[in-house]
Amino acid sequence: MPASASRQDRTARQGSPGSEATPARLAADRRRRPDPATRQLAQGLGWFSLALGVTELTCGDAIARWLGMPRAGPLVRAYGVRELVQGAGILGSRDPTPWIWARVAGDGLDVATVLPGLGGDPRHRTNTVVALTALAGVGLADILCAQALSDAPLAPSERVRADYRNRSGFPKGLAAARGAARDVRPRDFTTPEGLRAWT
Amino acid sequence: MKALVWHGAQDIRCESVPDPRIEDDRDAIIKVTSCAICGSDLHLYDHFMPGMEKGDVMGHEFMGEVVETGRGINGALRKGERVVIPFTIICGECDQCRRGFFSVCERSNRNRHLAAKAFGHTTAGLFGYTHLTGGYQGGQAEYVRVPFADKTHIKVPDELTDEQVLFLGDIFPTGWQAAVQADIQPTDTVAIWGAGPVGQMAVRSAILLGAKQVVCIDRVPERLEMARAGGAITIDNATESTVERLNQLTAGKGPEKCIDAVGMEAHAPRALEQVYDRVKQAMMLESDRATVLREMIYVCRPAGILSVPGVYGGLVDKIPMGALMNKGLTLRTGQTHVNRWTDDLVQRIAEGQIDPSFVITHRGRLEDGPELYKTFRDKKDNCIKVVLRP
Repeated sequence: MPASASRQDRTARQGSPGSEATPARLAADRRRRPDPATRQLAQGLGWFSLALGVTELTCGDAIARWLGMPRAGPLVRAYGVRELVQGAGILGSRDPTPWIWARVAGDGLDVATVLPGLGGDPRHRTNTVVALTALAGVGLADILCAQALSDAPLAPSERVRADYRNRSGFPKGLAAARGAARDVRPRDFTTPEGLRAWT
Repeated sequence: MKALVWHGAQDIRCESVPDPRIEDDRDAIIKVTSCAICGSDLHLYDHFMPGMEKGDVMGHEFMGEVVETGRGINGALRKGERVVIPFTIICGECDQCRRGFFSVCERSNRNRHLAAKAFGHTTAGLFGYTHLTGGYQGGQAEYVRVPFADKTHIKVPDELTDEQVLFLGDIFPTGWQAAVQADIQPTDTVAIWGAGPVGQMAVRSAILLGAKQVVCIDRVPERLEMARAGGAITIDNATESTVERLNQLTAGKGPEKCIDAVGMEAHAPRALEQVYDRVKQAMMLESDRATVLREMIYVCRPAGILSVPGVYGGLVDKIPMGALMNKGLTLRTGQTHVNRWTDDLVQRIAEGQIDPSFVITHRGRLEDGPELYKTFRDKKDNCIKVVLRP
């Protein structure tokens, strides 16, 4: 009954830099080894941050009007700067974990900014709903990515790494073990020869 | 007595519980001398499997000494005998048991109506593994009640140590059955996903069964190192493409045999697939992540065999049935029919063909259990397999 459980400590990890000041799951750690999917997702979010940052900087007033908050243009542009910083951080750092968590915090800020629009001008309510839906989707991706990064296994440092190179499990050696049980052929698990994958 | 008790997700405590007692004529009480934390215990630890209740005693990989027997044991076991207990409880008399399909024993699951609702038919009762499989108390304890004990045991010779034979109760025959049901031929490449304890046993079993090359896929360096020690070529799927490497190793034709020693908590190597599965899981639209199954179906050579010892609990999504069917793949699955294999495996250990204790990396007492669960789950301190001594 095997399993592959790879979640990491949710509170603290030994040896994480800055672990006294910042919770380990939020702090950067060069030894994190996220799976390729999480790495790709983090990169995608980094590029998304840059694109959104540029859009918010250049079209801040238009976005604010679309949301029914015409005086919020400067705020949207400030959020654009935040997105650019986060995007650069994600794409430029060796471990994007704190930057992705920063995105999660930013999502919260965005939702808090847009949410009052639901009770505002009815002409813009649909736009507000569209914006909140988009924020929820991106926010979910951010949270999943941040959690997966925080849970990624750490590459063991050479100092603590145990040496398992001599653990063959074959007391008489690997060569003697090869094919030693070749005669085991239970009938109910044997594929008829005509149905075997050819080699 | 002391036992490791489940209280919820990531909450296992070592505490006092009532001593077990004989409840049926075919029961025996075992004084546990060694027990292990199995990878599938982590599905319970993380509460991925439904059907656990607060107060359940954990553990299905254990061994010990017989201290009490019911009247119906009829000499099959005697006080003082040393036994390993298989994780599947077997009656030895039903149609399935008589055919050697012990893990689908028709009588040992006392909650078979629940299992039948979930799976269509009942499966065997298991120790310490949810109320779907009988709600039997587990073996991470000082004592354990073994139902159908006249059949549910493996006698082991005194000259072999606990650590040599303990894994006959689960991971060794599980890795062995995974390889045997793949019907390995001398020309075969066998690809094994997961270098955890069962993956390690599957690697050794495939070597013993004579595979031409054995490939093991994981992303944890020390586990890959241990797999290499056992004769496997390794693929680190954190840094390289599994499909590309397997095709390289097989001249583009794919491995003839694929073994999923990962199961329901697999991690996807592609971002979209990972997000897709985790979102569906979070929304309770699927219970298991089928990443390894998908990859095996995709990369396996046409007419090949997929062997699945990895535990799945419920529903998965996006299985490429088109590829499975059109490639003519054979899918073999199941919990392990432990007693079907153990006479032979005890002999192989005694002859020195294999020593399963190679996989042990951490030892402790029962009181250390909660911390060692955490260490094992988090793969801290190069942990691969934990053995506890009550």
